[in-house]
Amino acid sequence: MGTAAVSSGATQGVVAGYRVHRRRQVLSVLAVLAVLALLPLLVHDAYLRNVLILTLLYASLAQAWNILGGYCGQISLGHALYFGIGAYATSVLYVNYGLLPWFGMAVGAVLAAAMALLLGWMCFRLKGHYFSIATLVIAEIGLLLMHNWEFVGAAMGIQWPLGPDSWATLQFARDKAPYFYFVLGLFAITWVISFQVEGSRWGYWWRAVKDNPEASESLGVTVFSSKMAAAALSASLTAVGGSFYAAFVAYIDPDSVMHFRFSLLMVLPVVLGGLGTLWGPLLGAVILIPLTEVTRSYLGGSGTGIDLIIYGALVMLVSVLKPEGLVGLFGQFRGRRGAGGAA
Amino acid sequence: MIAASDVRTARDLGQDRPILQLTDIWQRFGGLVANAEVSFDVPRGEILGLIGPNGAGKSTLFAIIAGARKPTQGQVVFEGRDVTALDAPSRCALGIARTYQVPRSFDSMSVLDNVMVGSFARHPRAGAAREAALEVLEFCGLAHRAIVQAGELTPPERRRLEVARALATQPQLLLLDEVMTGLTPSEARKGVELIRRIRDRGVTVIMVEHVMEIVMPLVDRAVVLNLGRVLSKGAPQDVVRDPAVISAYLGDRHRAA
Repeated sequence: MGTAAVSSGATQGVVAGYRVHRRRQVLSVLAVLAVLALLPLLVHDAYLRNVLILTLLYASLAQAWNILGGYCGQISLGHALYFGIGAYATSVLYVNYGLLPWFGMAVGAVLAAAMALLLGWMCFRLKGHYFSIATLVIAEIGLLLMHNWEFVGAAMGIQWPLGPDSWATLQFARDKAPYFYFVLGLFAITWVISFQVEGSRWGYWWRAVKDNPEASESLGVTVFSSKMAAAALSASLTAVGGSFYAAFVAYIDPDSVMHFRFSLLMVLPVVLGGLGTLWGPLLGAVILIPLTEVTRSYLGGSGTGIDLIIYGALVMLVSVLKPEGLVGLFGQFRGRRGAGGAA
Repeated sequence: MIAASDVRTARDLGQDRPILQLTDIWQRFGGLVANAEVSFDVPRGEILGLIGPNGAGKSTLFAIIAGARKPTQGQVVFEGRDVTALDAPSRCALGIARTYQVPRSFDSMSVLDNVMVGSFARHPRAGAAREAALEVLEFCGLAHRAIVQAGELTPPERRRLEVARALATQPQLLLLDEVMTGLTPSEARKGVELIRRIRDRGVTVIMVEHVMEIVMPLVDRAVVLNLGRVLSKGAPQDVVRDPAVISAYLGDRHRAA
C-alpha cells in the first residue's frame, strides 16, 4: 500500500529470514562447486570421469528443464529437440564452416530459444497433458526430419575432425578433465540463473502460473508471455548442453542427440529430486545418471532399458512417499521453504 | 503498465465521474442468458452490494468487470475509459482487482509469496514487492502467517489471503466475491471492519454477498440481480422493501407482507 506503515518486528524478521535463506543458498552452492572441482584430482579412471561428466551434464540439463517444467509447470517431453538443435548447430558450423564451437553454442542457444517461442506460440494454448503430448510429438517430428535432411548428414550424422587438444575447438582427446570443468561451469551457470530468476518477478509469476493461471491473470500476471519467457530460457540452456555434448563425443547422428531418451533423462532427475526446487535437479542427476551408466556397462546391449525400468520404479516410489521430491528429505529445506522462496 | 502517479492524476481529474459504468451488458452461453441489459454506475469511494439469489449472474458479471470474460454485448467503462476489450492483466494494471468465490490461492507458495505475486504488479523489484506485500499482510491481519504455506491456511484465513493478494495490486476498484461466506459471526465482524478500512483508503468496493444482515449495514448502495437482470437498485433500506426483490427472494406469497 502507498502509505508508509511502520513495520513490526515480525515483518522485519521475515525480510531478514529471507536474506539469510538466500545467503545460505549461495554458500551452499559455493561449497558444492568447490567439492566438485576437486573430483578430477581424486578420480583418474577415464570411465569414472566419463560418468562424472555425464552426471553434471544431465544435472545442468535437468536444471534447464526445471525452469519451464518445475517452476512454470509446463511439462515438456520434447526437450531433446533443443538439445539436438544445440548439437547440430555447433557441429554443422564447425565441421562444414570451420566456425569455433563457442560460436556454434551461441547460435544454437538463439535458434533453440526461437524454436521454443515458435512452438510455445502454438502449444501454450494447450493445457496439461495435451501440452506434454504436443511437445513429445513435435520432438519426434524433429528427429524424423533430421534423419532425412542431407545437409546435416541425415542418418549418417556428423563426424568431428580429429585435432589437437584445445579450448578453442573444445577437443580434448587425451585428458577428459577440461570437459569436466566445462560442464561444471555449465552447471554453475544454470544454477545461478535458476537462483536469480527464482527470486525475481519471473520466478514468482511462473509459480503462480503453475498453481492457478486464472487467479494469476487477475493479479496482473501475463500468463502467456510468462510461459514464453520460461520456454525460451529453458530451451537456450538446453541447447548449450547439446553443443557441449557434440564437442564431447565428437560424433553425432539424429538418434544420438535427439532420441526421446534424452527428453526423459532431463525430466526424471527433476521429478526424483524435486520439481521447482533449486537443488532437485542436481540431487536427482547424482542418483540417476551413474545408475544408467552402471547398468549400461554391466549389462551391455541386452541391458538397454533396464535403467529406465529402475527409473520408473524410483519415480513411482518417490511420488508415493515423497511427492515434493527427495530435497524434501533435507530438514533445512523444509524449514526455509516458507521464508520466501521454494526450497 | 500505469504508474501510480498517473492513476492519481486521473482520479483528481475525474473526481465526480463514476469509477465504473456498465452499459447494457449481455452474456449468453448458448441458449442460456447469464446477464441481460445490465446497466449501472458505481460512484467512486462507495461500497456497492451486488446481491441476488443463486444463479442470478453475479459471478459472471464480476468476471466481466475484471476482464476474465468478454461480454456478448455491452460496454464496461472504467475511469472514463472503455476497457471492454482489455484482458484481465491489463485491467489489473489499470486498477481493478478481484477475489474468487472459491479461494484460488497458490497453494505451493507461502502466504507472503502469494501476496507478492500481486504486489509485483506495482513493484517490479523483488525487495520492494516483498516490503509492500508485508505491509498488506499486516493491514489484513495475516502478518503472523506470512511464512506458512497457503495450503495450510484455515478457510477464513484463505478468504483473507484472497483479499490481501488483490489489495497488493493497489486497486482503485476491488471486487469481493462472497468473502464473508462460511465465517463465524466474530470472523464476519472482523471482515466487515476490514472492508470498511479498505474503503477508507479510497478504494471503491463492489461486493457479492448472500448474508443480508452483513451486507445491508455495510453497503452504501445495493444492486439486486435476478435471472441475469437488474431487478432493483438504490439505498439498501429501499431495496429490501422493493416488492420485486421480496418476491424474487421469498416468492409471491410474501409480497403483501
